[in-house]
Amino acid sequence: MTTPADLAPVEPELSEAEKQFNDLIAADSRIEPRDWMPESYRKSLIRQISQHAHSEIIGMQPEANWITRAPSLKRKAILMAKVQDEAGHGLYLYSAAQTLGISREEMTDQLIAGKAKYSSIFNYPTPTWADMGAIGWLVDGAAICNQVPLCRASYGPYGRAMVRICKEESFHQRQGFEILLELMQGTPAQREMAQDAVNRWYWPSLMMFGPPDDESPNSAQSMAWKIKRFSNDELRQRFIGMLIPQAEVLGVTLPDPKLRWNEEKGAYDMSDIDWDEFHEVLAGRGPTNSQRLQRRREAHEEGAWVREAAAEYARKQAAARAEVA
Amino acid sequence: MTDSEVHVSVDQVELSAELEGDQGAVATPDVAEYALWLGDDALILAQQLGWWISRAPELEEDVALGNIALDLLGHARSLLRYAGTASGRTEDDLAYFRNEPEFRTVWLFQQPNGDFAHTIARQFVASVYLDALYPRLTSSNDPTLAAIAAKAAKEVAYHRDHATQWVLRLAGGTDESRRRMIVALHDVWPYVEELFRDEPLIDALEGVAVRPSTLRADFDAVVDAVFTEAGLELPKGMISSGGGRRGSHFSTMGYLLAEMQVLARQHPEATW
Repeated sequence: MTTPADLAPVEPELSEAEKQFNDLIAADSRIEPRDWMPESYRKSLIRQISQHAHSEIIGMQPEANWITRAPSLKRKAILMAKVQDEAGHGLYLYSAAQTLGISREEMTDQLIAGKAKYSSIFNYPTPTWADMGAIGWLVDGAAICNQVPLCRASYGPYGRAMVRICKEESFHQRQGFEILLELMQGTPAQREMAQDAVNRWYWPSLMMFGPPDDESPNSAQSMAWKIKRFSNDELRQRFIGMLIPQAEVLGVTLPDPKLRWNEEKGAYDMSDIDWDEFHEVLAGRGPTNSQRLQRRREAHEEGAWVREAAAEYARKQAAARAEVA
Repeated sequence: MTDSEVHVSVDQVELSAELEGDQGAVATPDVAEYALWLGDDALILAQQLGWWISRAPELEEDVALGNIALDLLGHARSLLRYAGTASGRTEDDLAYFRNEPEFRTVWLFQQPNGDFAHTIARQFVASVYLDALYPRLTSSNDPTLAAIAAKAAKEVAYHRDHATQWVLRLAGGTDESRRRMIVALHDVWPYVEELFRDEPLIDALEGVAVRPSTLRADFDAVVDAVFTEAGLELPKGMISSGGGRRGSHFSTMGYLLAEMQVLARQHPEATW
């Protein structure tokens, strides 16, 4: 068995190791935790996977807001299961990041200190039940477009975690679609609620794919390393193509009067995205950034005595066993 | 497998997996009242545990408490659906459109979440009680209740294990956790007595319902074993007369129902 110390890159062997790494990437093979990897690849992955994990954890809050008020017991059960899935996703992803040499504690501290990023979409509020539908349909839909290619990400633990996550996300998207469908087939007040939620979540969900390709600082390197497989703009177009027929089935209007297929370009024409809003929310000036972090911090701090108790109990148990042995 | 079977809707997946006792049986008024007792207990506890999801001390507990809440909500839905067959009401009619005095939840299940120790103390008592109840209810002469109990019995055995582990950890962890665990047990113990009280309805349901007083010995034995291991003393002190089975409720029940029912009542004609 190798230990982390054995894996430390030694100067003369570095080029050979680097060559192996490059060969693995070129052959579309997986990089595993035991393999040598460039420090920048490791750092880039830690950044991406931990941001992704944080997004799952912060992303529990907008929906948890409706668990106690879900309008039917069936919806309550589905929503509970969904938010619980998100906690599970956070756990897989933190575990994947841990294989790169960072602890869950460090990542949690970074999140609570406001030093780590998470998906800006979760800084929007969820004032109505229809937001549960719009989040599932649009936000989880966008997440799937982003995440399906990640199942083939070059780093093994990340790719494998994503396979499992994507399976559950597709269920999440369907349940969101179904919430909206039920609302659109319901009373005038329900239909109005659904359209209003789609109006509020449509643009933020398009922003989830990140800045346009010519302004995306980390994209090119991630593509070269095969962590990322498609550009932001490619994925955004793919998502819009998926939404249009679904919006028709729902009977909702996508809030962009310029949206239409452009045969010549082989892409959709659309209005300009308000990137000022994106950057504002990203910079911490969205509606609920402070609330999200406060809630996470409170849960963490109020749970500290419980985690300490569990650790202390485990220590005492281990000591008692050692004494017997 | 045909195409239509492959593309099952969320509804079908969820119903077949979660709900027992949907075989078209109609409950008598007495059986319905008993199903309401158990269903309301499960519903109110699920509602309270659901609050913890995204607020638990660690992610593993977000998942675990979520699991338990989901199990209990499944029991509630099966039981309320069956209870509703006596009066032509759905599970949602019963959950969302009854007023406080019409609920039948005992006070233990209504105790507020409090800190994690209080949630665990309540969960421990509830799970030990339910783990005594459901295995016995599987022998009920009423096949629907027996089927619901058979599914629930496996789940509450896990809930009991989860709560027991936490009682041991908190009691045997730090001074602070031990202090909190003792306070929490002291706070929930007045509501233990009501769980085992035989209301008049039980006499009318011989062979169908489980007589609550018959569960007490099992409950005491489990509690005694866990408390001995944890070095805890049985809380002594006041006993609350409760009154949940007759529609008289703990002071926080109205707030809980207001939150749970608010959206459904804003749109009484809607389906979701």
